[in-house]
Amino acid sequence: MTAVWLIARRELGTYLRTMGGYVIAAAALFVQSILFNAIALGSEQSQLSTEVLSRFFWTHSGVTMTACILLSMRLLAEERLTGTMVLLESSPVRESEIVLGKFLSALIFLTLMTLAGIFMPLLILVHGKLSLGHVAAGYLGILLLGSASLALGLLASALTRSQLVAAIVGTALLVGAILVYPLAALVEAPLNDVLLALGIWHRHFPAFQTGIINLRDVVYYLLVTYFALFLSVRVLEARRWS
Amino acid sequence: MIEVHKLTKYFGERAAIRDLDFSIAKGEVVGFLGLNGAGKTTTLRILGCLLLPTSGTVSVDGIEVTVNPYGIRRKIGFLPDVPPLYPEMTVGAYLAFAARLHQVPGREVAARVAEVEEKTALREVHGQVIGELSHGFRKRVGLAQAIVHKPALLILDEPSAGLDPAQVIEMRNLVHGLRGEHTVLISSHFLAEISQTCDRLLVIHGGELVGQGSEEDLAAAMGQGSSTIEAEVRGRPSGMAARLAKIPGVSKADERDDSVATVFEIAASTDVRADVARLLVGAGCDLVRLDRSASRLESIFMNLTQKTTGGPQ
Repeated sequence: MTAVWLIARRELGTYLRTMGGYVIAAAALFVQSILFNAIALGSEQSQLSTEVLSRFFWTHSGVTMTACILLSMRLLAEERLTGTMVLLESSPVRESEIVLGKFLSALIFLTLMTLAGIFMPLLILVHGKLSLGHVAAGYLGILLLGSASLALGLLASALTRSQLVAAIVGTALLVGAILVYPLAALVEAPLNDVLLALGIWHRHFPAFQTGIINLRDVVYYLLVTYFALFLSVRVLEARRWS
Repeated sequence: MIEVHKLTKYFGERAAIRDLDFSIAKGEVVGFLGLNGAGKTTTLRILGCLLLPTSGTVSVDGIEVTVNPYGIRRKIGFLPDVPPLYPEMTVGAYLAFAARLHQVPGREVAARVAEVEEKTALREVHGQVIGELSHGFRKRVGLAQAIVHKPALLILDEPSAGLDPAQVIEMRNLVHGLRGEHTVLISSHFLAEISQTCDRLLVIHGGELVGQGSEEDLAAAMGQGSSTIEAEVRGRPSGMAARLAKIPGVSKADERDDSVATVFEIAASTDVRADVARLLVGAGCDLVRLDRSASRLESIFMNLTQKTTGGPQ
């Protein structure tokens, strides 16, 4: 068994054995259900199924980003606070394996949490039709956005031993990645083009929301995930010097 | 086994340790003594590959910590002052996790966990959640995770800290039981523990090594060549003080009586406990206690740590 899977499995066990994971999952599903009922299904007028589904993924993306911050804030910060990081750091395990294991566990839990809410789009079948392609594209977008958000949260968690500070820093990173898009209007070309391209939500998520998979968007989310994880590894390596 | 040369670690502008030089042979049990903030934990964390040195070299079995830390970590078991435990895991699951982290082959994990639980008296709590264990049990679980992969070098940072007297004795016996299986480097504030457990001492003060050697070596270097041994026997045997005074190395033997026993106080330049025991038992005395006074180590420790850096080596 590789160290990555070993760490991921233990961490996943923590999500499943303690209240924290269930509270986050329950809260996310509850909020998502309320939003689905109020926003996606809430219109008095008849709607196309695809519009309902699109609005479902739109609200789902916001809930997912929030849940990701809560899921990731403890990943490394708690290990440092309680001293258990010593076990990992004194074992023949690389920093990259620690970070990947932690990330993988959070991503698996996020996937399970996301699958638990799949009944919501299926409810559209009661009065409408459902495009499985649209559903698949939407969930792919949710998981890619979640992956990038978890990686940013993990980076924040690597920077501090306080979960609260990790949550604040993670939120700041994520909000920053969202706000670069509207802020692009305040600067001139070519900088505004760069900022527009970096918008984690306005720029890269809407296509998934409407059932379209653009390679550009997939690559963007994978790159954000990679760089955030890469920086997390660097932070852990740097700690051995301080 | 361990070679440390000119080891220095700075935190910002402050040198936590400076130019440490020492070596530890395979199978030795070495005590690391120093006041709080002397640099013990920093040194142990560098040896455990948790920290990288600012300068100097550390090698374990010829492997440099800065060149191949992963290679060294396979050979090391590390118990920090606060055991690295996951409170939501059971003892068995935690030890299996620690074993797998240290690359114990999957088919051997269960046997290793059982073996280490036996050694550290954890069998009864195998299925218990760590968060529900007492402090003493948690310390034992911490020690078990450090030895589950049978490391060549065992680093124990304050293994008895925070334990009650009975638990301190338990921990001391556990550590004593590891002799011969591992090379052990142990830091502790309990001088009696160090005195009874270790072959050799390293005394650190202000980030510098101010003394190293056996207790006898250090005492001799400081002109405190004698130590006091106390032997307690039942009844009032006659003429024993004079016979004890004739043991080679003994400079003085006095006796004092209480209502039911006689206590002999023996000043000697070497550890003559075995000779004393042989003589008393051979003479038909009921020997009920024989121990070496810890006051000599206390005296050595205080002398070394009160001197300015650059004291006797």
